[in-house]
This record gives sequence, structure tokens and C-alpha cells, in this order.
Amino acid sequence: MLVRLSKFIIIIIFSTLPFVVFAEEKKINFIETNWSFDGLFGTFDRASLQRGYQVYQEVCAGCHSAQHLSYRNLSEKGGPEFSIEEAKAIASQFEIQDGPNSDGEMFMRSARLSDKFAKPYPNVEASTAANGGAYPPDMSVLAKARVGGADYIYSLLLGYEEAPENFDLDDGVYYNKYMSGKKIKMSEPLSDGVVEYTDGTESSKIQMAKDVTNFLVWASEPHLESRHRMGFKTIIYLIILITLVYMSKQKVWSRFGSKPEEDEETFDKIEKAVSEYEGEDPKTFK
Amino acid sequence: MSEEKYIPKSKLGQWFDSRLPLLTLSHHLQSYPTPKNLNYWWTFGGILTFCLITQIVTGLVLAMHYVAHVDHAFQSIEHIMRDVNYGWLIRYVHANGASMFFLAVYIHIFRALFYGSYKAPREVIWIIGLLIYILMMATAFMGYVLPWGQMSFWGATVITNLFSAIPFIGESITTWLWGGYSVDNPTLNRFYSLHYFLSFLIFGLVVLHIWALHVPGNNNPTGIEIKKDGSETMPFHPYMVMKDLLALLLFISVFLWFVFFAPNVLGHPDNYIEANPLVTPAHIVPEWYLLPFYAILRAIPSKLGGVIFMFSAIFILMLLPWLDTSKVRSAIFRPIYKIFFWVLVFVVILLGYLGAKPPEGIYLILSRLATAYYFIHFLLILPALGRYEKTDPLPQSISDPVLNKPGILDKFKKAAAKYEGENVGSFK
Repeated sequence: MLVRLSKFIIIIIFSTLPFVVFAEEKKINFIETNWSFDGLFGTFDRASLQRGYQVYQEVCAGCHSAQHLSYRNLSEKGGPEFSIEEAKAIASQFEIQDGPNSDGEMFMRSARLSDKFAKPYPNVEASTAANGGAYPPDMSVLAKARVGGADYIYSLLLGYEEAPENFDLDDGVYYNKYMSGKKIKMSEPLSDGVVEYTDGTESSKIQMAKDVTNFLVWASEPHLESRHRMGFKTIIYLIILITLVYMSKQKVWSRFGSKPEEDEETFDKIEKAVSEYEGEDPKTFK
Repeated sequence: MSEEKYIPKSKLGQWFDSRLPLLTLSHHLQSYPTPKNLNYWWTFGGILTFCLITQIVTGLVLAMHYVAHVDHAFQSIEHIMRDVNYGWLIRYVHANGASMFFLAVYIHIFRALFYGSYKAPREVIWIIGLLIYILMMATAFMGYVLPWGQMSFWGATVITNLFSAIPFIGESITTWLWGGYSVDNPTLNRFYSLHYFLSFLIFGLVVLHIWALHVPGNNNPTGIEIKKDGSETMPFHPYMVMKDLLALLLFISVFLWFVFFAPNVLGHPDNYIEANPLVTPAHIVPEWYLLPFYAILRAIPSKLGGVIFMFSAIFILMLLPWLDTSKVRSAIFRPIYKIFFWVLVFVVILLGYLGAKPPEGIYLILSRLATAYYFIHFLLILPALGRYEKTDPLPQSISDPVLNKPGILDKFKKAAAKYEGENVGSFK
């Protein structure tokens, strides 16, 4: 029975191979990085997320919205984990339109924790018009919306180069080797020292790219840490449960006459008897 | 099947059961005789029932938070992912659950193909099963539209446009399906309604599928009729229940591995971009489980032809019990059919791979060849095999001890060959 079961398991594993192959195909030659959130126990680096938020706010947020994020998320568990006071202070820097009030007028007020991130432009059209006809994508799910995910974003931020000769570039279009078609309408956003980190970390281009990528992955998957934790517990639970169920099943089936193992035993006995009779052990023979 | 008439023990039970025989039904389900030689490929029926119930339960919760409106659908999904308690878990189980459902149904279908489970007297089970499969594809397709991402929108546009290939009335049918002149809010609304409804229709058909199964009883790996006297069967409970449970837990392990550690691997990244009717994605591809049919659709140079071939590829399976004329059910005793079976498996997987590739160059040539082979398998090879294939002798009964362990026969043969070889050989 064990043999048959293991065969079954092997086939199940092989049947998931096509998915793995498809998944592999999606990976293009992005810059190789070890992300702390990868793997079974992956978690975020808090300090990096906090710095990443700073980069997002000071560099990206001028054009890119993150409309699904709320200021309260910044203080929630599994994220950058700013203290409530810090998150409140961050929120209060932004003006949000509210209303209508009792006079029917819309009014501006400073943001609270419960508000969504303030948008740089009121709508997609305005944002497209202000950026030379290229819509700067919303960043709240960006890391899940691109082939390559985190690797793609990181590589793109570091992929700006001088265009090779004979490469046609219009005005306001830049060369980036990780962009499809190698043309991008966003000018290089990061350069050494463009952000002055509050925690004193040296703001090299690579450091900032890494931090902001971390931040964007968290933004698109804010429950990643609890998902990994629950996944690990589930696996442990399943291993125990499967062992128990397997043993119960064997017990229940043993009531029912001969087991296939017994056939195998019978076969082994016959084989032994035959080899004794022949006077030669087939295995050591030669 | 040897099933004695059931009479409830208590007076109240007898009173109730004579008015509505629920107790008899429950007794039947527990004592339902199953062949004792069923292998683990037979556990997928139970696994599929689990998948359906999982989809219905998670779907029910998602429906409490989802908003079927073009302006809010994408936001409401993000709301579920971020703000609803364990919303991310429920949605990832539902989304990956669809993939797991199809993985299980494909194994279930190919198991039926291998062991000839579609042959008399089980044709009706087979046809109901195919109807379930067709409804599953429709339900999954409409479910994929609901998040209103780029692939949702463009997938819906491509598939609904297929109906416009129907001569004369095609255009009006498409407009009628859309509820307008393009995929828009009315389309999203009706897809939501139908997606919800179809799951219950599937549930109803599953009841019929199981009912139809319980009339002739299970096929088994040997494909031969089992004795009706009870010597070759075991009651469903606890034997099959325990076995099904073990297989189900292994299946759930794979399922949850995807949910917790790779929840987006099976989806397309473009579906995290909100639908935009003005921007067409570079490659519009359906979910992986529809790819073989997508490859057939694109292999045919004319639109109408493609649609006809795609639907025929599914409906031809309905005729299978009559196309396969061989009297022997199980491929174990059909040496040539066994080879063609594995070729078919390979061709279907190849079609799936080609469906994900752009229809050009070598991919197009290969998908045409594979499409042609798919139909040749059912229309030419199977009828010919039924007539000309020399099948192996069938055993008298499934309790033939050698058959309990198919490998044991090979072992004997191998052992015998070893001795023969040594004896005949010159002792070196």
C-alpha cells in the first residue's frame, strides 16, 4: 500500500510540474536579489519598509498614486509598523477633500488614519495629461501586476542606461533595458542621495531601489507575513493529521482480509523457497 | 448489488422513513458496496465534491463583500484583500480553488478514459459528468471576469465575440449577451448573477452524477464486472471514506501550498491592472485550464471554423461510449489502446502549452497537428482499435490474487527470466 501511495504522490507532484514550468518562463533575466519576504518564512524588514515609504513619498508619490492604501496601514502589524503617533503625523501632512458639509460645500481637511493615501491627480485622465500621455500606474498592487514582480521593479529602477547608438529615442522617452521595448517615459527617478534617510542609512541608488521595492511588495500584499505564518502552521497540522489518518486507515482496512503487503510477503517467501531449492541465491549469484 | 432492505430501529425512525426515506438514503450511502480493488485514482470523485463545496462556501462569503459594478469591482476585490478579516485567505482559496478543481477534474476524466469507465452501462454517468465539466468552464470563465482586471475584460471580449462568428444572427446574439454594444456594466452584472447561479446548477448535476453512479456501481481497475454476492465489495463507510479522506488531505496539502506560498502563480499579472477598454494587453490568454481549447480555437484559420472545432472538441467526448467500440473496458488489458491513451495525454498537455504561446510560426504548425491528432484519436483510432486490437485475456474475477497487486505479475516474470537467463547462459 505504501508503494502504491508513494506512486500516487509522485504523480500528483509531477502533475503540478506544468505550473512550475509556466512560472519559470515568466522570469526574465532580472537582477538577482535575495528578498527577505521570499520563501516559507519570508518576512519584511521593518526599517527597510519605513525607508521605502520615505522614498515612495518623496520620489514616487508626485506622480504615482497608491489609492488602495490607507494611512492606518502604515501602523498595522506586518507592515512598516510606524507607531500610531508617527502614522497620525504622516497623515496630517496631507490634505484630503471631504464633504459635502451642511451647506452642501466640499471642503479640504488634513488627512486622518482612516483616509486613503492622497492622490497626486484627481483622476487617471488628469494624471495622463500631466505626464506626456503616459499614465503613471497606481502603485498599490504594482508588484503583483507585473511579470517578475519585485525583481522587475528593482531591475527597472536600476536599468537606466545611455541608449546605444542608432537607437531612436523621442523627446521625453528614456532608455531602460528592463522595460518592454526598452523605452520608458519616466525619467530616471533615483540617483545617489536624492532622499535623505531619517534613520541615517546611506541613500545609495541601490539601497533606495531595494527599500522602495520592499515597500511596494508590502503595499500589494499587506498580509504576506500572516499568510506565511499561517501557511507554516497549516503544513505542520496537515503532516500530523495525515499521519494519524494514514494509521487509522491502515487499521480499518486491516479488518478486511488480505492486504496487498501480504501478497508481497507471499511472493518473497516463494522467491526465497525457489532460490533455496535451486541452491543459489539469485542476488549473490555470478 | 447485495443490499438488504433497511428498516430503522426506532419507531419514530420507521414513522419518518416511511414518509420520507432519508434514513434509508443515509444507510444506502454508508453501505454502498464498492469494489475492493479500487486504486487511488478513484478518490478524485470525493476530492471534486470537496472542491465544489469549498468554492460555494468561499464564494458565498466573497459575494457579501464584492460589488458588481465596473467602477467598484476592482476596488471591492482590493477591499476584500486588505480590509475584510481573512479576506485574502478566502479569496486566494476561491481563486486557487478553481485551478485545483480543474486539476482534479482532468485527473478524474483521464482516469475514466484509461479504465473505460464511460462504457456501458455507465454512459449516462459519463454524459452528466461532461455536462458538469462544460458548466465548470462557463462558471470559471465568468468568475474570472468578476475582478474586472485587464485579463477579465479582454478575456470576456474575446470569448463573447466568438458568438459573432455564427452566420446571420451572430452579431445580435453577441449584443444580447453583452446587454449593450461592448463588454460593459450590464455584462459584468449578468456574469455575476450567472456565476453565482451556475455553481448550484453544478451541484444539482453532481447529485445526478452520483445517483447515476449508484445504479450500476463503480467501475474498477480491471474493468470487469464484479460479483454481486458481496464477496468482492466493501461498504463505502468506513473503508472508502478513510481512503478518500487520506487522498483528500494529500490533495489539500498541494492546494494550500499554492494558497499560502504561491497564491498568484496560476493567475496572470495583468489581472491586477484594472480593466481599461482602451488598452489591449500584449497577449490575451485564458486561465491555464482552458488553454487546450484556446489552442484549438486559434489553430483553425477561420473564426467560425475555430469556434466549431473548439466546441466539437468538447462535444465529441459525449459520443465516446459509442466511438470506442472495444468490449474490454480497462486499458490494462488493451496494450495498443494504452499507448494511444498516453499519446492523447501528451497531445492535450501540448495543446495547453501551445495555447499559452502566440499563434505564429512553429507554435501554429504544432497546434494544427495536435488539433488534427485530437480528433483523429476519437474519430479514427478508437473505432479502429475496437475492431482490430488484440486484447489480453481477462481474468475471471477481481479477487484473482495476482491482480490485487498488478506489479506482482511482472515481478514473477522478471524473477523467472532471471533464473532462465542464468540457467541457459553458460555460467560465465
